[in-house]
Amino acid sequence: MAATLEGQNVYAEAVATGLWREIPVFRMLLGTCPTLAVTAAVKPALTMGLCVIFVLVCSNIMVSLMRKGLRPHVRILLFTLTIATFVTIADLFLRAYQPAMSEALGPYVPLIIVNCVIIWRAEARASNSGVMLSIVDGLAMGLGFTIALCTLAVIREILGTGRLFDIQVLPTAFPAWAAMGMPVGAFLTFGFVLGFINLMKRKRA
Amino acid sequence: MELLYTLLLGFVSVVLINNLVFTKFLGICPYIGVSGRIDMAFGMGLAVTFVMTLSGALTWMIDHWLLMPLNLEVARYVAFIMVIAAAVQLVEMYLKRFFPPLYESFGIFLPLITTNCAILGLCLFLVVWGTGTLIEAIVLSFGGGIGFTIAICIMAGIRENMRMVDVPESLQGAPITLITAGLLALAFMGFAGMI
Repeated sequence: MAATLEGQNVYAEAVATGLWREIPVFRMLLGTCPTLAVTAAVKPALTMGLCVIFVLVCSNIMVSLMRKGLRPHVRILLFTLTIATFVTIADLFLRAYQPAMSEALGPYVPLIIVNCVIIWRAEARASNSGVMLSIVDGLAMGLGFTIALCTLAVIREILGTGRLFDIQVLPTAFPAWAAMGMPVGAFLTFGFVLGFINLMKRKRA
Repeated sequence: MELLYTLLLGFVSVVLINNLVFTKFLGICPYIGVSGRIDMAFGMGLAVTFVMTLSGALTWMIDHWLLMPLNLEVARYVAFIMVIAAAVQLVEMYLKRFFPPLYESFGIFLPLITTNCAILGLCLFLVVWGTGTLIEAIVLSFGGGIGFTIAICIMAGIRENMRMVDVPESLQGAPITLITAGLLALAFMGFAGMI
């Protein structure tokens, strides 16, 4: 009984870490490149988030399975190759079933290979934990990443086009800020959201 | 002459108009992390330019002379990331052996570059842009590196001066850097009319 309780605590801990305490984009500033690149609208952001969840969970499983055989000097290389394989799978899947989305995301899907969030989890969690914990960790971290992407995307899409998922949310009299869909909007939104989170943190402290 | 014109146009375009940092969001991690001091930023920029030119040329050759004839485009990502990792490793060993002072000045930047998304990103963009010749690939990847160096040095210069500015407490650090980058991106959009 005690063992299960302790086990549950470990899982709950992993979920809390991924979703809030160390939420990859906002707290750790990891994976900033896709965060800025694909958040002009919610749909690509969501697609990207799902791809990252898939790759993260799969690579966590693989790394966790081979953690006993890892040698320090080839560790990173093996991680990268594992990740690259799963990213190729995700990319081919997307190209087959969502060709328009694959076109829109372009090279940012293969760029998941060098997304620091995935290698960070492989190093910090999967290479020293069991398979189940690694899966939970991958899901939590991936979900945290997706939430962060969608937060930015919602702000940018609403201000940039006045709509969300093709539904008009702002009054049509509101002039759409075209800049929000451009690189400028990405940097500014991310900067201000980070500032807002810092403000909240200081208020609570 | 025609070739020279194309190359020049491509170079200007990749340095200013399609700047990797400001329009493609590549290499943001070192951009925020290393842009505190201008000499460090310049060192990082040079290291990136060096590795980028090398891996841009290498991946182009592998893609066109090995993967495409064999219809192995599926293995492209795995091949690219391996080539980049190997290139960084080789450069590191070569510099350590033959140019110790240069190696010292690059310091920790070299190994960090393997996971710099600007390198892999540029190699992938070379594929997307349909780069036709090796010389074009070399010029474009060199230009990408120069563009990164310019971006990170401008940022380091601004941040050095920003130390004397009273930034609101919750915006200090990364947030104000991102906002500055946004304003720079706005400025760089002005170059879009050049070509």
